[in-house]
Amino acid sequence: MNVLTDLIQWLTAPEQWSGPDGIPARTVQHLWYSLLAAAIAIVIALPIGIGVGHARRGGLLAINLTNLGRAIPSLGIIILVFTLVGYGVVPIEVALVAIAVPPIVTNSFIGMRSVDPEVREAAQGMGMTGWQLLGRVELPIAMPLVMAGIRTSTVQVVATATLAAYVGLGGLGRYLFDGLPQRDLSQVLGGAVLVAVLSLLTELVLGRVQALVVSKGLAQQSAEAAVGAKVQKAA
Amino acid sequence: MTDGPPTLLAAELVRWSWIGDHADDIRDALLQHLELTGLSVLAGTLLAFPMALTAVRWPRLYAPILGFTGALFTIPSIALFILLIPFTGLQIWTALIGLTIYTLLILVRNMVEGLRGVDRDVRESAQAMGYTPARQLFQVELPLALPVIIAGLRIATVTTIGLVTVTALIGWGGLGQLFITGFTLDFTTPLVVGIVLSALLAFSADLLLVGLQRGLTPWARTRGS
Repeated sequence: MNVLTDLIQWLTAPEQWSGPDGIPARTVQHLWYSLLAAAIAIVIALPIGIGVGHARRGGLLAINLTNLGRAIPSLGIIILVFTLVGYGVVPIEVALVAIAVPPIVTNSFIGMRSVDPEVREAAQGMGMTGWQLLGRVELPIAMPLVMAGIRTSTVQVVATATLAAYVGLGGLGRYLFDGLPQRDLSQVLGGAVLVAVLSLLTELVLGRVQALVVSKGLAQQSAEAAVGAKVQKAA
Repeated sequence: MTDGPPTLLAAELVRWSWIGDHADDIRDALLQHLELTGLSVLAGTLLAFPMALTAVRWPRLYAPILGFTGALFTIPSIALFILLIPFTGLQIWTALIGLTIYTLLILVRNMVEGLRGVDRDVRESAQAMGYTPARQLFQVELPLALPVIIAGLRIATVTTIGLVTVTALIGWGGLGQLFITGFTLDFTTPLVVGIVLSALLAFSADLLLVGLQRGLTPWARTRGS
C-alpha cells in the first residue's frame, strides 16, 4: 500500500525528529497547551465538584453539566475567542478549559456523593471536624471518580489541542493543517497518527497515576469506576 | 454601528443584518447538521443493535466488543476524519463513517446494560407463557430496556451534534461551516450564530428524546423515573 509506505517514510525521516518543526518540538508544544488547560480546569472544577458534593446540594446541575459540556463546539469557541482577542494561547486555552471543566465537576461530585452516609456519620461521631471528614474520609473514598474525571478531561484536551494549529499556533495539529492545503497526505496522516498515539499514551499514563493515588482498599471500586465513568468524546 | 441591538457588547458580537441577509445559508447549514447527525445516529443504532444482542447472548464477547468500540472512541475525531480521507475522499461518507463510529461505544454499552437489567423473573414468566425468543425480545425485553437504551441515544446524539462541527475541516460540518466563514471573514456574527444554534440543537434533540422515552414507556412515569 503506497499510502502506508509514504506514511512510514514521513514518520521515520531524520529531519522530522529535530528542529522547531520536528516531532519532539511539536509534541512539547502540544503537551504544554494541554497540561496548562488541564491544570486550570482542575483548579476551577475540583473545588466546585468537591464543595457541592460535600454540601450535598445542587446535584442536578453538577450531574447534567457533563451532558451540557458535550454540546460545546470547541472549534467555534476557539475561532470566536481568536477573532475577539487575536493571536496567542488564550483562544485555545479558553476552549480547552471549557470542555475540561464539566467532566471533572460531575465525576468529583458523584464521587463525593457516593460516600456512604453511615461512614460520614461514623466519622462525625468520632469527633472529626468538617475539614477532617473531607480530607481523611470523603476525598480518599471519592478519589477513583475524581481521577476518572481528570483522566477523561485530560485525554479529551490532548485530542482537542490539535485545533490550536488552526489559529496559527503550534502543536501536532500543525502537520494536519499545513499538510491538508498542500495535499501532502503523508504529513496529514503522520500528524493524525501522532495525535492518536499521544491521546492513547495520556490515557495509559493517567491510568497508572490513578492506580498510585487511589487507596489500595478501594482498588476494586476504582476498576468499576473506570468502567462506569462518564464517557466524553473529544474533538 | 447603526444597525446593532441596544447593548454595546451584543452590537460588537452580532450584526443582525448579516443574519437576515444569510438566512438561506444558515438554514442550509442547520439542515446539513441535522442530516449528518440523524444519519450517523441511525446507522450507529443499526450497527450497535446486533453487536449488543451478540454481547447479551454470548457474555464472553462483551469485553472484546467494548474494547473494540472503546478503542475506536479514543481516536481523536480530527485525526479519524483525516485518516479516512485516503479511503473515502472528501465525500459525505468520510464524515458519516467517522461520526457513526463514535456512536457505537455509547449505544452498545447502554443497549447491553439495558437488556441485562431486565428482571430474570420477567424473562422466565415470558418463557413460561410460551413466548418465542424473538417475541420475548421485542415485546418484553426491549420495552423494559428502553429507558437505558434511550439514555444512550441521548448521549450519542448530543455528542454527534458537537462532533459534526469538526467535519467542517474536511468540507462538511453543518453549522461548523459558519465557523469557517467567521474565521475567513474575521467576523464574529457567524461564529456566535453557529455556536448558539448548535447548542440549541443539542438541547432540543435531548429534550425530544426525553419526550420520546416518556411517550414510549408510560409505565415508568408512575414510578417517578
